[in-house]
Amino acid sequence: MRSKFAIFALFTLALLSWGLYQALVGAPTEATMGPVQRIFYYHVPNAWVMELCFPLNFLASIIYLITRKPAVDAFAVATAEVGVVFCTVVLLTGPIWARPVWGIWWTWDARLTSTLVLWLIYIGYLMLRKLSTGGPNPVLAAAFAIFGCLDAVFVFMAIRWFRTQHPQPVFGGGANSGIDPRMMHAFLINMLAFTCYGAMLVWIRYTLERTRQKVDEAHAMKSLLHHEAGAK
Amino acid sequence: MSVLGILRVTLTKDLRMEWRSKDAINSMLFFALLVVVIFSFSFDLTAEESRQIAGGLIWVALLFAAVVALNQTWARELRNQVLDAYRVSPAPAESLFMAKTIGNFLFVAVLELLMTPLFIVFYNLRSVGPVYQLVLASLLGNWALVVNGTFFGAMSIRTRSREVLLPLILFPISIPALLAMVGATTSTLTGEGSAHLPLVFLAVYDVVFTLVGLFLFETVLQAE
Repeated sequence: MRSKFAIFALFTLALLSWGLYQALVGAPTEATMGPVQRIFYYHVPNAWVMELCFPLNFLASIIYLITRKPAVDAFAVATAEVGVVFCTVVLLTGPIWARPVWGIWWTWDARLTSTLVLWLIYIGYLMLRKLSTGGPNPVLAAAFAIFGCLDAVFVFMAIRWFRTQHPQPVFGGGANSGIDPRMMHAFLINMLAFTCYGAMLVWIRYTLERTRQKVDEAHAMKSLLHHEAGAK
Repeated sequence: MSVLGILRVTLTKDLRMEWRSKDAINSMLFFALLVVVIFSFSFDLTAEESRQIAGGLIWVALLFAAVVALNQTWARELRNQVLDAYRVSPAPAESLFMAKTIGNFLFVAVLELLMTPLFIVFYNLRSVGPVYQLVLASLLGNWALVVNGTFFGAMSIRTRSREVLLPLILFPISIPALLAMVGATTSTLTGEGSAHLPLVFLAVYDVVFTLVGLFLFETVLQAE
């Protein structure tokens, strides 16, 4: 297990370095936006990992409510926390790009607003977990995750009423969409690198949570045995 | 006893307790009044401006005030271990959830009734659109707030921080409902745009979250 993880971590590290090189040096500078466009190689892969993590958390929450296996709950915590971290990066890198290109740090456009609300919902989820240590926390958290995910659908619909200022889809759009092959190359490398990086973080967090659960179980068992011995 | 029988008994008990103590109504009303006064001190508004933002103000005041009542509904069941007794009894959890939700709905409805004249006076309001839309928006919006609030109240009462947690988990989830309530109210007050879409949106939101709440409440109540 440990050697597998080490190999995976090294692979991820190599990919990230290669991706960084491609994004900064390999890809050509964008004609109108200039160097600031390069944040795109960082911003979009992070958004992608976030969009992977939250549905996985939703699935894990449903499966946990059905099976009640602690391992599933550990996976739910891992995906939620990693999702929030990546979501935070998305919310920070967005304004850095928007300031020089749009001329403003922030706008209440559809995608920005829904990402922010999603971030708020998952912060709420982590608060709920954090404040209910011991006792019924995994079940409550799983129920809240189901509310949160359903709510996300309503958030997207509600916010669609406002006009959007976010760039139109770059891939698969109209005739003028699409990008330079070298940009595409850098982008795909980074997508892969950040997916691996996200998976690595989930792996670490999952292992940590499993260890914590086992330590808690061992403590509970020990005090139970101790209590029984005392009763005799 | 049937599902409806238990619902009725629990609801009657809550209403009677509230009628005698008036704890929830009084604290909500005073809280909402403070929010309204503080807002009007914070912004010096003309009649036209206040019509633009009154829809938002009303719902912010109600959202904050509702949390006061929502926290009390479950806190009173902790005394004398009433909630534990409920958990071991064969009574269906859905009845308890519905009774509490309807109870909170009535409290917030009373609050809305009392607050409306106050808003009209303080902010010089006059509805441009049809009034039935405002009534519909306040009923649907009220249900959207209390159905999630009652459910999350039952969750937060089981945690270490109790009262503090409820707004932290309720407010983010209520954002889409809040957008729709404010949309419906503002478009009716100003006469700009249609209140139809936000009202339909609110109705769907209410149905979905009532069903999810009913479906998951047993699990949350029995959570160990």
